[in-house]
Amino acid sequence: MKKSSKSIKPNTKKSLITYIMLVVAFVIVQIMLAAGEMSYMMQDLLVPLCVYAILAVSLNLTVGILGELSLGQAGFMCIGAYSGSLFSNLMETAIPEAMIRFPIALLLGGICAAIFGILIGIPVLRLRGDYLAIVTLAFGEIIKNICASIYLGRDANGFHISLKSVTDMNMAADGEMLINGALGINGTPKDSNFIIAFIILFITVVVSYNFVYSRTGRAVMSIRDNRIAAESVGINITKYKLITFALTAFLAGVAGVIYSHNFSTLQASKFDYNMSILVLVFVVLGGIGSIPGSIIAAIALTLIPELLRDTIVGDYRMLFYAIILISMMLFSSNKTFKDKLFGLVSKKKKGEVK
Amino acid sequence: MKNFKKIFAVLLALTLVVTCFAACGGNKKNSANEIVIGISGPLTGGAAQYGNAVVNAAKLAIEEINAAGGINGINLKLVTADDEGDPGDKAVSAYNSLKDQGMQVFLGTVTTGSCLAVIDKTKADNMFQLTPSASADAVIANDNCFQICFNDSNQGIGSAQYIAENNVATKVAVIYDSSDAYSTGIYNTFKAEATKRNIALVAEQSFTKDSNKDFSAQIQACKTAGADLIFLPIYYQEASLILKAAESASYAPKFFGCDGLDGLLAMNGFDTKLAEGVMLLTPFAADADDAAIQKFVSAYKAKYNNEIPNQFAADAYDGVYIIAELLKANNVTADMSASQICDLLKVGIAADSFSYNGITGAGAALTWDASGAVSKKPMAVVIKDGTYVAL
Repeated sequence: MKKSSKSIKPNTKKSLITYIMLVVAFVIVQIMLAAGEMSYMMQDLLVPLCVYAILAVSLNLTVGILGELSLGQAGFMCIGAYSGSLFSNLMETAIPEAMIRFPIALLLGGICAAIFGILIGIPVLRLRGDYLAIVTLAFGEIIKNICASIYLGRDANGFHISLKSVTDMNMAADGEMLINGALGINGTPKDSNFIIAFIILFITVVVSYNFVYSRTGRAVMSIRDNRIAAESVGINITKYKLITFALTAFLAGVAGVIYSHNFSTLQASKFDYNMSILVLVFVVLGGIGSIPGSIIAAIALTLIPELLRDTIVGDYRMLFYAIILISMMLFSSNKTFKDKLFGLVSKKKKGEVK
Repeated sequence: MKNFKKIFAVLLALTLVVTCFAACGGNKKNSANEIVIGISGPLTGGAAQYGNAVVNAAKLAIEEINAAGGINGINLKLVTADDEGDPGDKAVSAYNSLKDQGMQVFLGTVTTGSCLAVIDKTKADNMFQLTPSASADAVIANDNCFQICFNDSNQGIGSAQYIAENNVATKVAVIYDSSDAYSTGIYNTFKAEATKRNIALVAEQSFTKDSNKDFSAQIQACKTAGADLIFLPIYYQEASLILKAAESASYAPKFFGCDGLDGLLAMNGFDTKLAEGVMLLTPFAADADDAAIQKFVSAYKAKYNNEIPNQFAADAYDGVYIIAELLKANNVTADMSASQICDLLKVGIAADSFSYNGITGAGAALTWDASGAVSKKPMAVVIKDGTYVAL
């Protein structure tokens, strides 16, 4: 948190509000946890909430700042989750201290995802708009399907890998399965917890704000606003697109590592296109380009279906969820609708506001 | 003023989030004189029929038990949660929601993927877990978790054994769902056993959850490879499409399936003639002569619109009765915590003295050992004239 004693810049003020909001939410949660006033369901939702918020904030960099539609978020998350989990499983005996092992896993998962981000970014970022969305969607599906068919094992002779079946690995009978096809990775140490997830979320927000307000961020936004003008003043379009895309992938990978270390099992089927679309919905609903908006939307939209569980809505909660989604979209995009609703509240203050 | 509005909006949003947290605070305590059994399974979405079958059958069993006086006078209460068959946070949320509703014994989860996601939670909570239908071997890795269905390796090995010992076929093909934990689990053990017994696997075809509508390519590959038997470690919806695809390719190999094929005959709009001669391993046949099975089937049909119960329902029905027997035998009372009950039950179920004679044991009593696996022998049946006939 940078705070200048002189007059605060509007940008700084904006980010400061988000930081304060995050800290206040964190303190409230901690107080509730300490008071034992939180249901079991909420306690276990805290980490996924942070994960989804990180995913939404990072996707916002590509969608909101770069202005490109990407649907590969689940794919990057999957790469991060798999590489992080694999690392932790292999190193569990070599590095018994979770406080050392987990940060390395986080970094590794992020880097692996970023490498894939750059690899697919080089050919794909030449495409624009819908085309990019389709290619990234396909990329996510490919990653999911490959991860679901990998068999990796280790025995006295070393590592064995197959994309077909356990038998094809030719592993000794006493070997240990590391990745078991569609059954995924089992026995990942439960290293992540709410505090770590929150810290990573906080760092993500700090990184995102600093990225947006930096020279790079301004260059990226200029590409979004007018590609030709940006190119004509000498901005290297491919470079800046790649930087943004890689940063998004890195953060999604980190989110994947937190996610995979929160459950002892990890299956690739979780990372399907529904997940990518869900994250995109968080970003769009929270306001494209708005970082606090992404966080709030991610939290609200993850909580709503869970909280509707025990109400009369019950099994129809996804229907309810859709209705809420539609009305929220209408509310945020339709000016007449908004004015009518606000008109009811702020009639008396008409002269004051605006 | 613009900034004021922004701050105001953020504050409002924050209040919303906080009230969300606050609204669900506080853990419900179980005050009435009843023991709460929880079920989590897919009640909505693609696998909803499995989850609903389990819940329906469990409701039926609990009503019967309560009508007959309950557990030493204590009634059973059922709470359910929808995990959507999700292998991650939704499964955990469903489990936690059951805990919030005061669950003391866990009869779940229905699908293998969700079950793997919650086993470490149930272990940490020391919650007694009995899964009706999650069949992966890894499900019962912890000491508090037991299965009612037979596990994947049993089915894979059992199928290969049966095919080899009875010389059913010489050239075998497999079509399996590579995105599904259940299907790949059986496929892998089947392949290992088939290799050991020198069964020639001439074609290994797979599909995924996203491409399970058209099977003509897989059938063509099996036909080209000259397979005279196709092994189907999959669920019956896909199997019905495979049978149709084989017919339209005028290809008539033998078909051999596992317990997932149960339900084929009861499927709406499916021409049962196609299923003639299909062999499968199943723990339960709804038209068996057994008196207990007939009693269950007629009660189930009467309660649920003439629907014929499948093996998921049968496993859940047995599951409730097994839990009831255990509660009775260990003198469990309603005020015990889940952990106390678990300590009693996990010893009780593995004890030599405990066995249960239900509707899914093919006449034999079910017993468990400490590993959590049930002593069920896969029973091979063939479909003849629209019914199961024992092989």
